[in-house]
Amino acid sequence: MDIVVCVKHVPETAEAELKIDSTGKNIEKTGLVYDINEWDDYALEEAVRIKEKQGGTVTAITIGTEDFDSTLRKCLARGADAAIRLTDPKFQGSDAYATAKILHSIIKNLHCDLILCGLQAGDDGSAAVGTILAQLLGVPHATMVKKLELCTGTAKVNRELEGGLEEILEIKLPALFAVSTGINEPRYVSIMGIRKAMQKEIKVLGLADTGLTEAYVGEAGSWLKTEKLYVPPVEKQAEFLKGTPDEVATKIAELLKSRGLI
Amino acid sequence: MTAIFVLAEHRQGIIRDITYEMLTKAHEIAQKTNTELTAVILGKSAKEKAKPLTEYAQKVLIIEDQKLENFTSDAYQKVLSTLIKEHKPLLTLIGHTSYGIDLAPRLATELNIPLATDCIDLAFEGGTFTVTRQMYGGKVNTTATARKAQSYMATIRQAAFQPQKPQPPANGQIIEQPSPLTEEAATKRFIEYVLPPPGGVDITAADKLVGIGRGIKDQANMPQMEEFAKTIGAVLACSRPIVDKGWLSNDRQVGSSGKTVKPKLYIALGISGAFQHVLGMKNSDLIIAINKDPNAPIFSFSDYGVVEDLFKIVPALKNKINELKIQK
Ligand SMILES: Cc1cc2nc3c(=O)[nH]c(=O)nc-3n(C[C@H](O)[C@H](O)[C@H](O)COP(=O)(O)OP(=O)(O)OC[C@H]3O[C@@H](n4cnc5c(N)ncnc54)[C@H](O)[C@@H]3O)c2cc1C
Ligand SMILES: Nc1ncnc2c1ncn2[C@@H]1O[C@H](COP(=O)(O)O)[C@@H](O)[C@H]1O
Repeated sequence: MDIVVCVKHVPETAEAELKIDSTGKNIEKTGLVYDINEWDDYALEEAVRIKEKQGGTVTAITIGTEDFDSTLRKCLARGADAAIRLTDPKFQGSDAYATAKILHSIIKNLHCDLILCGLQAGDDGSAAVGTILAQLLGVPHATMVKKLELCTGTAKVNRELEGGLEEILEIKLPALFAVSTGINEPRYVSIMGIRKAMQKEIKVLGLADTGLTEAYVGEAGSWLKTEKLYVPPVEKQAEFLKGTPDEVATKIAELLKSRGLI
Repeated sequence: MTAIFVLAEHRQGIIRDITYEMLTKAHEIAQKTNTELTAVILGKSAKEKAKPLTEYAQKVLIIEDQKLENFTSDAYQKVLSTLIKEHKPLLTLIGHTSYGIDLAPRLATELNIPLATDCIDLAFEGGTFTVTRQMYGGKVNTTATARKAQSYMATIRQAAFQPQKPQPPANGQIIEQPSPLTEEAATKRFIEYVLPPPGGVDITAADKLVGIGRGIKDQANMPQMEEFAKTIGAVLACSRPIVDKGWLSNDRQVGSSGKTVKPKLYIALGISGAFQHVLGMKNSDLIIAINKDPNAPIFSFSDYGVVEDLFKIVPALKNKINELKIQK
């Protein structure tokens, strides 16, 4: 089974203080720590597990600048056999549609039985690239995949619906699946493992290799154009309890007591 | 007159809330753009479900087909692409749900209609389709504009709009159209629904919940969290990463893919407040959030907030409550 996994390199923002940059269309990136997109981490792991069981190859592919290589190295260290990075200044400003177009231009020429994506990217959260890519490739797909079982020529997938409900679908291969977190437990890679992967080649391709013209990539090829970023207005703000931990604890305890909660 | 399409979402016989949320927003857009609000419902026995939709929409388009008994994105795509090509609506709204996420990007690609996903607001401003979305787990909002087109599509975040019936009711006209589906789908087949295994803990029945998130950092801290919950007489609940890591079973998960809870008290420990989590707990009577990030979105949904390391507050609070218990 030959598998392509689409991975993105995203900033970890849960604990970071985010500032809008001077263009007003991006966040200030300096000082942020980047890593493989959480959902893609699960997609890569799933691909490697399938390969370990059935044989075949895993190719990790990303669109991004040179610093995205660290995510590709992580994929190689985890068990990917090949890595491709698509990069070009013209790709800047690509939305989900243009991103999928660029991925499609390369993936359509790779031999693969399975394409795995993350359900969504932690930065833009479109949850769209995989599904658009499936349409462009003309292969069936499923998103929110929580369990994947391969049979001959088909896959049985559990999709998670709302409220804990799941549905089981049978889908013909080749297919594209966008996976949810929790589908597996991504393995840990040692620094040693990542160092070893430094020797493996990352294939770097540009606009010319995609066979696309400028009109199909970046802002020109996108459905959507970002106008501005801003910190969301606060509709309801919590009343902040301040003081030393002991003082805060006293306030909370009193609050709970006054409400009859303890 | 051109239309605004709203795809009614239903599962196991029930129309889902997102439908009315979208219809409410679409009503406003339809009035401003002088278009006709049209609810579209697909299903095996869609007609039975059309009545409540007529109260919101001027037209209710019904496609009935045995093959549409259960949602599959490819059957829905076939029907909707036919309808959109025929009616050329200015805008089509679909829920950003497990159904819409599977359907909309592919449908928009087939039709080459600009699509914006997970929108929390949308409008036509000077003829330009403009949407508001969130990025970085809700820490940043973005305004985006779509490239000029005849027709647009958007998926709408759950609970972004408060459903409100128009007054007077729209008294919409029901229109049936034949199904364009000719054969059973060949590439994707629905097999069955699976319910979460019964038993376990029912967090929806608890009066008090302590919700823990990725901020608790390590599985080794779990006993401390359990101990704390016990002290205040609460049941332990959690955000999704805790379940993904296997630290708690999925019956403890609060949020869109977990449970919706409404306890008297919800204490959020190290939870950022991603909307999928907030969907499940925002209606709790009293919400107290402890998070070391002053900009964590959870504070916009809490009554009280503490900006501090949870590992400082939790032991202190446990002691305080134990003291109070002794005083009694
Ligand atoms: C389709 C879909 C469905 C989903 N369904 C759900 C769902 O049902 N429920 C759900 O919860 N999520 C769900 N999610 C995931 C959701 O988007 C978020 O990823 C998740 O809620 C984040 O969990 P978290 O807040 O625990 O972690 P993070 O977002 O990583 O936040 C951790 C927080 O802990 C704080 N912190 C760290 N250390 C400390 C400390 N020492 N003291 C105090 N604070 C600290 C940080 O400042 C941060 O705010 C879903 C996502 C998708 C795409
Ligand atoms: N720049 C990119 N390079 C490679 N894959 C991507 C890129 N952006 C998105 N993807 C893939 O598409 C999925 C969904 O992303 P999104 O639609 O942006 O939320 C991600 O989890 C990745 O698998």
